[in-house]
Amino acid sequence: MSEMSVDNSKRRFLVTMSTALGGVAVLGSTVPFVASMLPSARAKAAGAPVEVDLSKVEPGMLLTAEWRGKPVWIVNRTKEMLDQLAKNDDKLTDAASENAGQQPEYCKNPTRSIKPQYLIAVGICTHLGCSPTYRKEVAPADLGPDWNGGFYCPCHGSRFDLAARVFNGSPAPTNLVIPPHKYLSDARVLIGEDQAAA
Amino acid sequence: MQKLLTWVDERFPLTATYKAHLAEYYAPKNFNFWYFFGSLALLVLVLQIVTGIFLTIHYKPDAAMAFASVEYIMRDVDWGWLMRYLHSTGASAFFIVVYLHMFRGLIYGSHRQPRELLWIFGVLIYLVLMGEAFFGYLLPWGQMSYWGAQVIVNLFAAVPFIGEDLSLWIRGDYVVSDATLNRFFAFHVIAFPLVLLGLVAAHLVALHEVGSNNPDGIEIKKLKGADGHPLDGIPFHPYYTVKDVLGVVVFLIVFCAILFFAPEMGGYFIEANNFIPADPYKTPEHIAPVWYFTPYYAILRAVPPMFGSQFPGVAAMGIAVLIFFALPWLDKSPVKSVRYRGPKFKIALAVFVVSFIALGILGVLPVTPLYTWLSRLFSVGFFAFFFLMPWYTRNDTYKAVPERVTDK
Repeated sequence: MSEMSVDNSKRRFLVTMSTALGGVAVLGSTVPFVASMLPSARAKAAGAPVEVDLSKVEPGMLLTAEWRGKPVWIVNRTKEMLDQLAKNDDKLTDAASENAGQQPEYCKNPTRSIKPQYLIAVGICTHLGCSPTYRKEVAPADLGPDWNGGFYCPCHGSRFDLAARVFNGSPAPTNLVIPPHKYLSDARVLIGEDQAAA
Repeated sequence: MQKLLTWVDERFPLTATYKAHLAEYYAPKNFNFWYFFGSLALLVLVLQIVTGIFLTIHYKPDAAMAFASVEYIMRDVDWGWLMRYLHSTGASAFFIVVYLHMFRGLIYGSHRQPRELLWIFGVLIYLVLMGEAFFGYLLPWGQMSYWGAQVIVNLFAAVPFIGEDLSLWIRGDYVVSDATLNRFFAFHVIAFPLVLLGLVAAHLVALHEVGSNNPDGIEIKKLKGADGHPLDGIPFHPYYTVKDVLGVVVFLIVFCAILFFAPEMGGYFIEANNFIPADPYKTPEHIAPVWYFTPYYAILRAVPPMFGSQFPGVAAMGIAVLIFFALPWLDKSPVKSVRYRGPKFKIALAVFVVSFIALGILGVLPVTPLYTWLSRLFSVGFFAFFFLMPWYTRNDTYKAVPERVTDK
């Protein structure tokens, strides 16, 4: 051995290769650890669709259902409420629901719903995830004379109208999300599943 | 006894370590009031670890039981209330002490060459501490715990492209839930404390390698006496251990006064809403983070959404925290200490201090148009201190720095 000269380039090559391959192995072994933090099978199963009986929701009232652990609002909008919606249009960021990610295609309409009477929306502010408060009264002292009913987020002051559309100047960048849903009958709705293309 | 010590020293560098880090670690002789906070931070760290261990003995990291187990600790466990309040008051005390410690570094130039790495370890400690405090605040599973976590995790969702998946991965569920509580518990009691201890060790090793800075910003190692020790240095033990003991006594008097008479500090150390169990369907009327996060929270709220995304606000907040890393290289002044700096730096420092405190106050207040504009004003003040620093430190007037430290 002592008579042989050291082949430094070979040594460097072997060290580099084993370090690189070892590094790849270490990186690869982090995958199960990282993946173990994703939602578990049980958490995903809890994301199954939920059925809601609409006959319980009185006109003007809001019912909160639970879907994927999130609050989903069902508001039975009265005729007066629906008439107010168009008045908001010029004060809204996205009055025509152009942002495709915020509602299914079949809810891209002025009332953002399948049946104009029922608003079905995820009650989580698109700003930072607080749950806005339902403020159906017209022109309350704290929200100003222009308020004609909607949702107010207590965390950072975002405002939404009764079609869950965000007002200009709110911290929230987009309208509230309308979840996929379909009507099983006149009074029963299934939240979490799209209706068949009509 | 001497024989035992010799026996140990032949197998472990006990005496050598004691000498290197205490008895013969020479620190500048002109330390003042501001130099209490490093050792106090260490004291609070020990306090948090010890009380934390005793809390985990009774706490249950389960969404169905967490809130009740904290109330159980408060009411039914002997001295449980003391452990819990020591831990919660300790968290606020930690940030008070660390903020003062960082301010000391800022005014005396402790971030400057050759202490850049020391400063970086310190900023890393600060970041880990913020994570540690955030995870810990979820554990009581009160309303403020829940919605605070919801808001902060959603900050990550604002990151373009990967944000949604990232926040899903952090939560382990579609909303903050039992899965989130369980993992935050793991981070809070094991992952982050281990990292924190490692960083504190690195911070101290780096400090003892380069030596402490001092209020004059002079390198005492430049002038050494015949014995090879710095002329302006004194051994850490006994001189500064005695000084620090005095600091500890005063600190504990103030700490105990808060602990026993105002442990919730009128809702600033533990917020009122946190005495209501977490309710995923109802956001409290007014939510605000705990006081030590409010300056950054105010910056977050001050930036309006742009291009249909709230990422700019999140990015501004992130930069506000991370900018501290760049401080050693933003500061171009030829002197370290504020004592020899000119008016431009002093004005900038005053603007920074006022901005930071004002943002902290605005961060707990509800959103109004006036407060939003004030937040914007002070956010500009905060960032101007850092981003204009290369300019105003280059063009300032400076006083001559003396050879030896002064006893002011």
